[in-house]
Amino acid sequence: MAVSPADLSAAFVMTPVAPADWLVVLPPAWCILAGAVLLMLRKSVRLQAMIAIPALAILVLVDALLLVHVSQNGPVTMVMGRWLPPFGIAFTADLTGVLFALAGAVVALAGSVHALSDIDGTGRRYGFYPFLLLLMAGVSGAFLTGDIFNLYVWFEVLLISSFGLIVLGSEARQIDGAIKYAFLNLVATTLFLIATGYLYGIFGTLNMADIAVKAAAGRADLPLMTLATLYLVAFGMKAAAFPVNFWLPASYHTPRVVVSALFAGLLTKVGIYALLRTLIMLFPIEREELSVVIALAGVATMLVGALGALGQSDIRRLLGYVVISGIGVMLVGLSLGSPGGVGGAIFYALHSMVVMTALYMVAGLAGRLAGTFDLNRLGGLHTRSALFSTLSLVLFFAVSGLPPFSGFWPKVMVAKAAMDIGAWWLVAAVFLTGFLTTIALGRVFALAYWRPAGEALPDAAIPASALLPLVALTALTVGFGLFPNALLATIQHAAQGLADPRAYIGSVFPGVN
Amino acid sequence: MELLFVILIGLFFAAAVYLMLSKFLVRVLLGVVLLGNAVNLSLFTNGRILRDVPPIIPAGHDVPATLTANPLPQALILTAIVISFSFFAFLLVLVYRAYQDLGTDNANEMRVAEPENDPLPPAGY
Amino acid sequence: MNTLIFRTVAPFLTALMVLFSLFVLLRGHNEPGGGFIGGLIAVSAFAIYGIANGVAAVRQALWFHPMAIAAFGLFIACIAGLLSFVFAVPFMTGLWVYPTILGVEIPLSSVMLFDAGVYLVVVGSITSIALALEAEDDV
Repeated sequence: MAVSPADLSAAFVMTPVAPADWLVVLPPAWCILAGAVLLMLRKSVRLQAMIAIPALAILVLVDALLLVHVSQNGPVTMVMGRWLPPFGIAFTADLTGVLFALAGAVVALAGSVHALSDIDGTGRRYGFYPFLLLLMAGVSGAFLTGDIFNLYVWFEVLLISSFGLIVLGSEARQIDGAIKYAFLNLVATTLFLIATGYLYGIFGTLNMADIAVKAAAGRADLPLMTLATLYLVAFGMKAAAFPVNFWLPASYHTPRVVVSALFAGLLTKVGIYALLRTLIMLFPIEREELSVVIALAGVATMLVGALGALGQSDIRRLLGYVVISGIGVMLVGLSLGSPGGVGGAIFYALHSMVVMTALYMVAGLAGRLAGTFDLNRLGGLHTRSALFSTLSLVLFFAVSGLPPFSGFWPKVMVAKAAMDIGAWWLVAAVFLTGFLTTIALGRVFALAYWRPAGEALPDAAIPASALLPLVALTALTVGFGLFPNALLATIQHAAQGLADPRAYIGSVFPGVN
Repeated sequence: MELLFVILIGLFFAAAVYLMLSKFLVRVLLGVVLLGNAVNLSLFTNGRILRDVPPIIPAGHDVPATLTANPLPQALILTAIVISFSFFAFLLVLVYRAYQDLGTDNANEMRVAEPENDPLPPAGY
Repeated sequence: MNTLIFRTVAPFLTALMVLFSLFVLLRGHNEPGGGFIGGLIAVSAFAIYGIANGVAAVRQALWFHPMAIAAFGLFIACIAGLLSFVFAVPFMTGLWVYPTILGVEIPLSSVMLFDAGVYLVVVGSITSIALALEAEDDV
């Protein structure tokens, strides 16, 4: 099924584009448009949230429509400027990409509402909402693009916006955290660019569907192992996998809490998505050979995360380690490569996007109620608000992977996929991590919520705008924990689409199969 | 020609990594700039070096008349240059602010976000 | 740098360079040039004006905040891509009109609109960085 670039007759086909196909490019384009408008209106603080929140709600709607469209009709492609693929930049949405994009949009919407009470007038004048919209442009673009250099560009868009968000407020500790975050992420994206340069040198194309075809056809003569390893290191660094995870706990606790929440929900998962896209779809054979390395890195990531969480007294830094331990579970799923393992990794990523965002919001509210983030001084939160305390406990259980919440199913999927190939040590590591995470977060609950307040608590209440997104995200995790069937079926389709990208390739090159 | 470029890229990478291993942020920053240039050169070389005509299709033709240089790596490099330039500008301002606010450009001494004697969480209830 | 000669020449130089940057922008469709390089020339012009007369004078002369200029550029570049929706062609497809103004046929395109957007993005974002750095020097 070689693709002949000389077939120029398709270039003169003038069939009008169906309006539904526009859903593919709309998420990033809409975010850029809204972000530009917000940037122009930077001075009017009141308008910012009034425009940004509806804009993000529309983004959620567009992504949801795209999900419906893709699940009914298979992957959708639009090539920029009526060029032929592989020459034009293609946007291709398959189920995996759309699921990630939708979860990202939901998280961003929740964050934008939560920010109403967390980001003050100075932060808004400084550009919180424009940066958030541009970040979402980068995130949606990365999830929906079908061109690997374009993926690099979206990575840079989201990185630049995240730089803007992390220094929002310009405190000394933020600048300290931002330095480490900025330099190490820059090195990671540079590695990505190096790998992409070699990839272009090898294949002469940047379109991912075209690469998948050419890699399958000429695997024996090409140095694909080098490429796969470079991509593993580059995206592993973005995803904060051991041993390149140290930038995350050094920086994620420094910005405003809602910024941390958005980062924890969005950024590392873009790395995981890129790993899935490159290692599962483009280089499956090479991933198979690397599987032991990835599995070991995954186990180390899980254990470093869980043990790190046990040793922290600042709850925001503790959550940074919990993010890392979740990345480990996804890496283990990736290393297995079977539909169950990949499906587990996708499900865990979606779960983690929702739950980690909610957990950082919990940490922020706890800090606001008690006036401190230090476990040695926190106390008495349960008496302050029983509802808040219950939500927190649900989220603590969900992130530890206890049933009946959404963290349980992906762990079961990954563990079952590991059992299928007899990798008992992976299963043991997954459950040990769950156990250690339960202890770490159980201790947070015992100390910060159950323990009587040691000192007089400041007089603070939880505003409804801060509580509402927390309730919504918790409802999502409970809902998908109790009724996982529809999501599980979609995710299995998504994982199959990644492992066997014929539908993806067919949508970019119609009529090839 | 390619071999010459490959050696040059190797030198660039070596210098960049050496500079980035320093604990002083200004040197790290210079290392990052060199790294960006090394990557751009490697992108350029990956597109195959041809000393041919520029890739412009003459009037009245549909395809180029002769073998032309590959324009795509140049487009990629241009994108990468713009991006690395904006990163450099941001990092320069960030390092400068860090020097003002934290009073040092030594990464080992930047312990505001992660204090050295952070207390352990309480062991009992 | 604060000599009388420089301060006298700077406004003329700035005006000339901004004009030249517009020329390079418009030339860019079929010949070397374009929004990015044109924008850089305009930024150099504003930087020269800033060195001669101070950052405040540049901000006053620009009237709009540089970030707002960049945002407007982003906005029209995005609109240039979204125009394709109306004509049912893929995103970012070049669309052309050939109006005749004063007896001369003038080809206008969404490509040019996009390039103008790039020009404004470059002008706005790099001017704001340059002004921030120049303001640091003054202190």
